[in-house]
Amino acid sequence: MLNFLNTIINGISLGSIYAIIALGYTMVYGIAKMLNFAHGDVIMVGGYLVYTGMISWGFNPLLAILFACIGCTMLGILTERVAYKPLRGASSNLAVLITAIGVSYFLQNISLLIFTANPKSFTSVITWEGISLADGQLKIQGITIVTIVAGIVVLLALQLFIKRTKAGQAMLAVSEDKGAATLMGIDVNKTISLTFAIGSGLAAIAGALLCSAYPVLTPYTGAMPGIKAFVAAVLGGIGSIPGAMLGGLLLGVAETLSKRYISTQLADAIVFAILIVMLLVRPAGLLGKKLQEKV
Amino acid sequence: MMLEVKDLEVNYGMINAIRGVSFHVEQGEIVALIGANGAGKTTILHTVSGLIPAAAGSISFEGTDVRKTPGNKLVSLGMAHVPEGRRVFAQMSVLQNLKLGAYTRKDKAEADETLEMIYTHFPRLKERRSQLAGTLSGGEQQMLAMGRALMSKPKLILMDEPSMGLSPLLVKEVFHIIEFCHEQGITILLVEQNARMALGIADRAYVLEVGSINMEGNAKELLESEEIKKAYLGG
Repeated sequence: MLNFLNTIINGISLGSIYAIIALGYTMVYGIAKMLNFAHGDVIMVGGYLVYTGMISWGFNPLLAILFACIGCTMLGILTERVAYKPLRGASSNLAVLITAIGVSYFLQNISLLIFTANPKSFTSVITWEGISLADGQLKIQGITIVTIVAGIVVLLALQLFIKRTKAGQAMLAVSEDKGAATLMGIDVNKTISLTFAIGSGLAAIAGALLCSAYPVLTPYTGAMPGIKAFVAAVLGGIGSIPGAMLGGLLLGVAETLSKRYISTQLADAIVFAILIVMLLVRPAGLLGKKLQEKV
Repeated sequence: MMLEVKDLEVNYGMINAIRGVSFHVEQGEIVALIGANGAGKTTILHTVSGLIPAAAGSISFEGTDVRKTPGNKLVSLGMAHVPEGRRVFAQMSVLQNLKLGAYTRKDKAEADETLEMIYTHFPRLKERRSQLAGTLSGGEQQMLAMGRALMSKPKLILMDEPSMGLSPLLVKEVFHIIEFCHEQGITILLVEQNARMALGIADRAYVLEVGSINMEGNAKELLESEEIKKAYLGG
């Protein structure tokens, strides 16, 4: 029973990381209508930035995360400006999709050049040991708790930002109808930039949390979590922020449960099987909605 | 002069959709742009409000050349556009839609005053303020789209087919709203397929035929013209 509980808690923690990454995917999709397959690699860049800040420059963990956030935000804005914006309005969505895959490999290769393929062993950004319950039979690591809390805080902050601020409302408007948003006086390009900035900043946080929980950092660290977060975003209903959160959590729990009770090797396959079943049963995702237009 | 368009040309890919159209709108006027489906009325409005680029010609708004001004910058200059098909933000509430209309306004207290004014004149919008715009009826959505345009405190409103798809009763209501906007001192450029209603309300009108202006003049005179009667008013 305690084992099961422990697995669930770890699953929620892993799921929170997927959720934070999935938020970036879903926001960019909702607003720019593109799948940014390089999003996973921004996590990896975030991981290296935290690593560099902490190990090479001796920053304290919080400062290192802040440094990584700023770095990734700038990276997000830059890639959008250089690689995606020129293709906006191109005849085919495939062009921008393939470009995103190109950016993904570009970021991996740049990291290979700078940091080499040798895995870096990451020092956790959280030094807190965690808590021990049920006479020491149930140990919850500090990073696990911090990750779950971070997930909740990020979701609430994002919801508040979108509901309460003008920029957030502009994002919603742009996600629905770019032309009508322009007619309201909204600068669509700036809004898309802002979305990339927020998504990439969140990716840096996800990178710090991911590498703290699974402390091996290579240039390919971001690829698999990136794809799984994409699955989470689709599972929850791509474009929906609560959907990304829910999808991430479900995926994390499903993955840890499969690893614990079925098979470590099969866990990833099970995750993708869930996606396929979901798409067959509910193509719009759990919280994805389709509102009928009235004439 | 509120709006002056000279020798406007617009291309859609290889197609020359608008071929040298000139027209103007004086301060305080209601000017109608009528013509059959596909004549290019919507294209002209989209070009004026900066949604699509002009290939040649000039567009000046209150004397300043705005042909190269991005669409989102025109709103704070005083131009609003009620697009064809209303294009309200379906998944946002009525109130959120109205507030987005005031996106460019700096003074929040003034924007709130405009909101109150709109609520007074469109009580239906007030009743439904927390409802999602996508759940409104077609007529209510049109009302919302017009209210949303008023929220930017415009000097000029471009209205694209406001009566489209509405019942005759609602069409009347929509034209009352246009008159109301006009009474607020707002200049109106109206694009309509319902030529009879449009000519009934307008001061002047231009008749568009496949990309160029075919006829222009006093709206009342056009309403009486045999040619117009035959082509656009059903005999």
